[in-house]
Amino acid sequence: MSHIEIRGLSKSFGAPGAGGVLALRDINCTIENGSFVSVVGPSGCGKSTLLRIVAGLLDYSQGSVTMDGQAIRGTRKDVGVVFQSAILLPWRTILENVMLPAEVLGLDMKAARERAMQLLHMVRLDGFEHKLPRQLSGGMQQRASIARALLHDPKILLMDEPFGALDAMTREQMNLELQRIWQESGKTVILITHSIPEAIFLGDVVFVMTARPGSLERVIRVDVPRPRTMEAMGTPAFTKVAHEIRDIFDHTGSFD
Amino acid sequence: MSSTPVSNVAEATEAFVADHSPQRPSKLERALKSNKTASLLLLLVLLAAWEGGTRIFNVPKFLIPPFSDVVMALWRGLATGFMAKDGLWFHTAITLTEILLGFFIGSAIGLALGVAISQMERVEAVLQPYVAAFQSLPKVAVAPIIVMWLGFGISSKVAIVCMLTFFPVLVTSIAGFKAIDTDRIDLLRSLSATPWQIFRKAKFPSALPYIFAGLDMAAAFAVVGAIVGEFVGAQAGLGVLILQMDAQMDTGGSFSVFIVLSIIGIALTSLLRAVQRRVLSWMPMEAHKRAVNA
Repeated sequence: MSHIEIRGLSKSFGAPGAGGVLALRDINCTIENGSFVSVVGPSGCGKSTLLRIVAGLLDYSQGSVTMDGQAIRGTRKDVGVVFQSAILLPWRTILENVMLPAEVLGLDMKAARERAMQLLHMVRLDGFEHKLPRQLSGGMQQRASIARALLHDPKILLMDEPFGALDAMTREQMNLELQRIWQESGKTVILITHSIPEAIFLGDVVFVMTARPGSLERVIRVDVPRPRTMEAMGTPAFTKVAHEIRDIFDHTGSFD
Repeated sequence: MSSTPVSNVAEATEAFVADHSPQRPSKLERALKSNKTASLLLLLVLLAAWEGGTRIFNVPKFLIPPFSDVVMALWRGLATGFMAKDGLWFHTAITLTEILLGFFIGSAIGLALGVAISQMERVEAVLQPYVAAFQSLPKVAVAPIIVMWLGFGISSKVAIVCMLTFFPVLVTSIAGFKAIDTDRIDLLRSLSATPWQIFRKAKFPSALPYIFAGLDMAAAFAVVGAIVGEFVGAQAGLGVLILQMDAQMDTGGSFSVFIVLSIIGIALTSLLRAVQRRVLSWMPMEAHKRAVNA
């Protein structure tokens, strides 16, 4: 049963036609419930724009985006977003930061506190509940922001290049963490990345996007068994997908 | 294999280093070498120069009184009872009241208006030229008119102080609200926060450092405003006291009032800083400030 359906989605910034920029053209895809979708593409291909539209942060020009049959238009209360930087409010402790969605949505604070503690345990930040964000490393801050995004039990988790600002080793670790967190939570996840290995490692499906204008070039299934390890990246199934993706980028001149 | 050999080496190294390191300076030594002591010594040197200079060169007392005269005047002033009319305490109380009332009212209005203006884009654009115009007007030039309107009592001075404190707080708070990280707004929007929630949870706390900068300025202006207002027209207050003493050529008395004013100014700023430190305790710059003050 499909969770999210996107039909004929187009988005332009500015006046359509002459003055404006066509960021997305005719996107068609479905996202299955509980699946992990990686969206990979070069800079400017509109992948962040697509994510923001699904999050309801951005309006779209044409087409339809529906979740569970309901049209997405404007922000919703059942979506969790993880941004490129952790965006933890520096004057709040980690626990207070993670509980932010409960405050905004008016949820029961006692239950929220318990859930926040559980989530912090799940992302392995036990003991850091009462620290300030500046006392945590970049990777730890992102983990806290993932916990925050899950606090209000959203139907879907949207992640916009969440590990882009981290160093390569932390990034690999975070990929493993995210796979574990996803398997434990069973949520539908859409992850935006410009790292091909990260996209393949994490995704059940990879949406390959190309730029100018932003289009969904291909949807590739990743048939590598779970849970995946770093060693899996060397297997034939993995490299086959990687080749296919790189071919697409070669042909569409995305490696200029 | 026992682990003792390793720990023995470690202990031996520690002992060696402890025995041969330069001794950590004692508390007294550190106090004597600190910056605070140096400042104090400088002050003593300057005061000695002042006292010696005026006496040696026989400077007329009504031009520059020797420091000891100033101390005498201050002592006399402090010795008058709290309730004595025209006493130092009485005038100080008047001026302090004007400063505090004006500061709180002016800052409150400035902040409230800053909140309103920053939440409504249209309002800000429309009011912008007027705010700019009022900012460039030297508010003290308006003092005589305020006194004419409100009389010689405390209210005219409070009004002047209000005007002077209102602007820095208004301007810095608007700047603070505007300077917010758009990422934080996106974060709250993604949770379907209302504009008011976005303001309370993100915009306002982000703007606090700016608002405190405005309050710092306002505090300084508040003291100036009260005194200038009293110069222009008042029945009581430290400004009036200064004028009285000038009229009597009691320069020593005037200087003693300056000292009282400085103390008021320092007390106000210190109080403000203390509040700021508490409220902004989460800011990393705090650690930097502490290091600078050591």
